[in-house]
Amino acid sequence: MAHVVVVTSGKGGVGKTTSTAALGAALAHDGDRVVVVDFDVGLRNLDLVLGAERRVVFDLISVINGVAKLSQALIRDKRLENLFLLPASQTRDKDALTEEGIAGVIAELRDRFDWIICDSPAGIERGATLAMRHADSAIIVTNPEVSSVRDSDRIIGLLDSKTVRAERGERVDKHLLITRYHPVRAARGDMLSIDDVLEILLTPLLGIIPESEDVLRASNVGSPVTLNNPLSAPARAYYDAARRLRGEEIAMHVPNESKSLFGRLFGRKAA
Amino acid sequence: MNLLKLLRRGSAPVARERLQLLLAHERSTRSQPDLLGLLREEILDVIKRHVAFEPDKVHIKMDRGRSVSTLEFEIEIPNGITISLARAS
Repeated sequence: MAHVVVVTSGKGGVGKTTSTAALGAALAHDGDRVVVVDFDVGLRNLDLVLGAERRVVFDLISVINGVAKLSQALIRDKRLENLFLLPASQTRDKDALTEEGIAGVIAELRDRFDWIICDSPAGIERGATLAMRHADSAIIVTNPEVSSVRDSDRIIGLLDSKTVRAERGERVDKHLLITRYHPVRAARGDMLSIDDVLEILLTPLLGIIPESEDVLRASNVGSPVTLNNPLSAPARAYYDAARRLRGEEIAMHVPNESKSLFGRLFGRKAA
Repeated sequence: MNLLKLLRRGSAPVARERLQLLLAHERSTRSQPDLLGLLREEILDVIKRHVAFEPDKVHIKMDRGRSVSTLEFEIEIPNGITISLARAS
């Protein structure tokens, strides 16, 4: 059965698009049919992170306006044949996203895919509320930092009131994905701990993604980190998160201080 | 572990406490109408009935504490013209 997931956060720059691409690729890699949908009209980036920026012809809004069929707008990933992208429009006005239009597209996607992952724009305006509108579950991407946690709390409130499920009196399954976790700062006591964030947001944890150069390198070359360097720490954390999303029980791994070879030899922590 | 946490100083505990205080407040007011806006409107209406003042000479300050919060209204009322204007209206 198809599952609609929104990747959301309120705050910008916390890793929604990176996480959408990484989780989408991880789910597709494990055999599911996956489409990632960019809802950030005017500021699309999912195409870039997936390395498909030069293959965009039609987009979500052309489908809504009837200019293109869904099958014409879907872009198949070059690495994984069961991973698709539905890009956002870069030029249209964001008012072109209509409630009925989105409902139609999501219904059609439900017939074709196992996972429909909606990459939300930042903020709490129309684009963000439309991205979460039809979600069965939500991944709330949070950095262990005060403004991100506050915005996540706000988004959780919207998920509980503005979604189709909430209006029907049902629940949207919420999962917290903590990204840019920095073990050295955590050990120093200068970063909110995982426990702090969980206690404040009262939302089950989907995964902890460590801050890593591998994430940057992957987006530089236009490949999800789960495909670009599957054995790296962030990629493994994303693979685990994808399996938890499927309902598998996987022990949570809290990234610890990584020691460089030099550090190991001399017993010092790598900063 | 608790002792360790106490000994370990850092800015995270402050962050945690500030967030808890703030979110407790934001959650409780999420579904309510804007209380501060309502108070401002009604209080200024009452004062306006008796004295005239410029709307942009009103300063409102609020400070939310853990046990007590304060709401402060400072309204500049020009001398002299106040009474006559109030009577005229």
